[in-house]
Parts: sequence; structure tokens; C-alpha cells
Amino acid sequence: MIAILDYRAGNLTSVKRALDHLEIPNRITSDPRVLSSSGGIIFPGVGAAGSAMRNLRENRLDEVIKSLVLSGKPMLGICLGCQIILDKSLENKTSTLGLISGTCDKFSQELYDESGQLINIPHMGWNNIHMKKDCPLFKDVPETSEFYFVHSYYPVPDPDYVIGITHYGLDFCSVFGRPGLWATQFHPEKSGKPGLKILSNFYIYCLENL
Amino acid sequence: MLSKRIIPCLDVRDGHLTKGVKFRGNVDIGDPVETARKYYEQGADEIVFYDITASAEGRGIMLKVVEKVAATIFIPFSVGGGISSLEDMRATLLAGAEKVSVNSAAVINPGIISQGAEAFGSQCVVVGMDVLKVKKSRTIPSGYEIVIHGGRKHMGIDALWWAMEVERLGAGEICLNSIDADGTRNGYELELTRLIADNIRIPVIASGGSGNPGHMVDAVTLGRASAALIASIVHYGEYTIPEIKKYMNDAGVKVRMNW
Repeated sequence: MIAILDYRAGNLTSVKRALDHLEIPNRITSDPRVLSSSGGIIFPGVGAAGSAMRNLRENRLDEVIKSLVLSGKPMLGICLGCQIILDKSLENKTSTLGLISGTCDKFSQELYDESGQLINIPHMGWNNIHMKKDCPLFKDVPETSEFYFVHSYYPVPDPDYVIGITHYGLDFCSVFGRPGLWATQFHPEKSGKPGLKILSNFYIYCLENL
Repeated sequence: MLSKRIIPCLDVRDGHLTKGVKFRGNVDIGDPVETARKYYEQGADEIVFYDITASAEGRGIMLKVVEKVAATIFIPFSVGGGISSLEDMRATLLAGAEKVSVNSAAVINPGIISQGAEAFGSQCVVVGMDVLKVKKSRTIPSGYEIVIHGGRKHMGIDALWWAMEVERLGAGEICLNSIDADGTRNGYELELTRLIADNIRIPVIASGGSGNPGHMVDAVTLGRASAALIASIVHYGEYTIPEIKKYMNDAGVKVRMNW
């Protein structure tokens, strides 16, 4: 069973619908026991880092998540969930979980796209990922696939953890992690078939590492 | 590099897909859930539902449609038509829509934009603008005026000013519909599209007037739109979405070709 972390922020149901469609057993939960007994955790989310961390701390979920991940529980962070895995976010000057060293920065207003126009902020729509290293989540995902992004902040992890990069005004890291802990800035649950493939690859990894 | 989006728009009335002839007769043309699934399979980048019932009863039916669509397609979709309160927004988002679109309600009560952005995030709030070309005047310096009720009611508001205002209020995106171009199939109103797109930093979806894939290329190049809304040219099968995308790709526009 995959636990979808409920921290009273973000769109939890869209991840649930995608897992239901893939026939992957799942539960939306904030119960430490359920999180602990799950095969893996998905940390979803849209929203602001500040209120998300506040909600996590109020329920001591920050500590629960940290200790589960450090003891080897697989976790996938999506969008805000990905930013929270790092040390701190510039958004609301929030100190975040710190599972992987790094920060989040805001897209500068002064960036230009390929046609010489100032970029729109947020970065909203479909974009590519250039893989810097192999990642089991991307197994059998065609390289030309595109993924759905909606964000104004982007992760800047320790370079050792960078898996994929995306260009939008600048090159930013759109996938990072290490075996068992991954984060995607895009929304796999809204990225059509390639996105669904990533979710099922995560589930397969969880099953193989129970 | 970010792709330009192709967005089919589905008009829904009492839970059925309809094709209106400029706010007059409506013909039932099928099931919205099945049609959305077909467009998803064909590579639509996003889907827009426009509820033309907009009665209390119709809203309930629409929410059921939204729930079914959300369980069927895994790309973003938005719902507009008759959304006039924070509660309408919440119900629609909870049913599974990614975004809600407000049009007349935002003109009458601009506060709904900032309230919606505050409650659900800017990325959820699309503002639809119906625009008519008029003589330039002191009140309408751009020569484009905001109208509501399908163009029947002039609001005395300048479209460029309004676009900048909705951005300031926290809208995440603008769906810019030219009433003059709508239904003509002669192409999008490029001058208007570019005027708005050049003066705001949130994405603009061009709407109204598409008759062939070349028009869509123009909308996202000359018009500088981030996306193009399409309706009858795909509903009646003149072009499929893969054909449109291939055309755009061949013309040098970055579109999502692998889905």
C-alpha cells in the first residue's frame, strides 16, 4: 500500500485518482502508524512551503517523515513535496525537512525564453527533462516525454543529487534524489501516460524493497 | 523548453456535450466524459469545460461530470461557466478540476479573483475575458472593451487595463476570447492577443476564430499566446489533434509530440 501524506495542503485527490486508475492500493493518511506500515510514501502538494511546514510540525509529522525516510522507507515528493525535502525554501523563508541538502529559489522576473520574450511566471505547462543520470522511476519512459509543471519556485539541491534538468529561462533541476528518495518538480499525476508510468515505477520499487 | 498548449473546449449543457451556434440553438453532440477521454488519448495538453447551463441544478450535474472526467484523464482540466462564488470554486476543485475559470462574475465582483487565489493558489484561477473591438476613446484607450453575457452587455472597461488588473489581483492565467473573431473561422484576433500578452506576465490562452492549424501557429507566434483554445474544428472532425500538432511542429512551434 502506498500512503499519500495528508498535511492539509495541496491536491491529494489527484494523486489518489491516478493511483486508483493504476490499481495501486493507496490511502490518504496522516496517521504515523499507517505511514509506517506502508510500502512507500507519496508527499504530494501544491501550496506554500510555510503553511505546509507549519501543518507538518503541528502534527509532528516532520519528525515522523524524517525518521521513516532515514530508516529506508521509499518516498516520492511531488512539487511542493519536492521542495520540502530540501533544507530551506525562499518561499516564506521557511526551514524545511532537510532530507537532502539544498534550497529553493524563485524564478527571476528578468529571465527570457528562446524567442527573446520575458518568461511567464509561474512556469506553467509541458516541458522536457534532460536526464543527467539513470533513475528507476524513468524506466521505460521515452526520453522525448514532456511533463506538466506549475510552479514559481524551483529546487536547487546539492549537485550530487541532480537527476534531471529542465530549461525555462534557465536550467533548473526538475528531478533529484537518491535510491529510495526522489523528488519531482512536475506533477506525474497530471502528466498523462509518462507521468503514470513514473508512479507505477515508484510502486514497483516499493514492492521490490519491502 | 516550454511547449505551446493546444486546448479543446467542450460546451456542456445538462451533462451533455453541445455545440452552440453563437448562444442560440444547441445541438447535443455526445458525452463529455468520452469526448474528453478521446482528446486526452489524442494528445490534448489540457481540456476546458464550459458549463452553459449554469443553473443550480445544472451545476450539480456538472460536478458529476467533473468527477468522472477526473478519474479518466490525467492531464489538467478547467471548468468555467456559472462559477460565481468561492463555494462554486471549492466544489469544482474538490470534484477534481485543476483550475476554475471565472468570467462575468469576475467583472461584476473582482474580489473573487483575489479570494480564489488566496484560498486555492493563483494557478487554480483562470480569468476568462470576452472582448469586443470598439472605437478608441478616453474610457477605452486600447480600443478593446470588456463585454459580458456573450457580448450583449458592454461594461465600459478597457480590456488591456482589465488584463493587468486581473494579474494584479492574482489570476494565474487569462483566457482571452475575441467576440469579433468567435465563430468566424478566420483566425484569432492577433492584434488583441499580442497587446495583452505583451503587457502581462501570466500566460494568455487565445480563444475565438480558429479555422485551421495555421491560425494556431499564428496565435502562439505573432500573437505571443501560451496556448490556443480550439472547438469546432476538432469537434466536427475536420482536423484531429495529432494533425494539428504535426502541422505546428513542422512550422517550428514547440508542441508536445509524445503522449
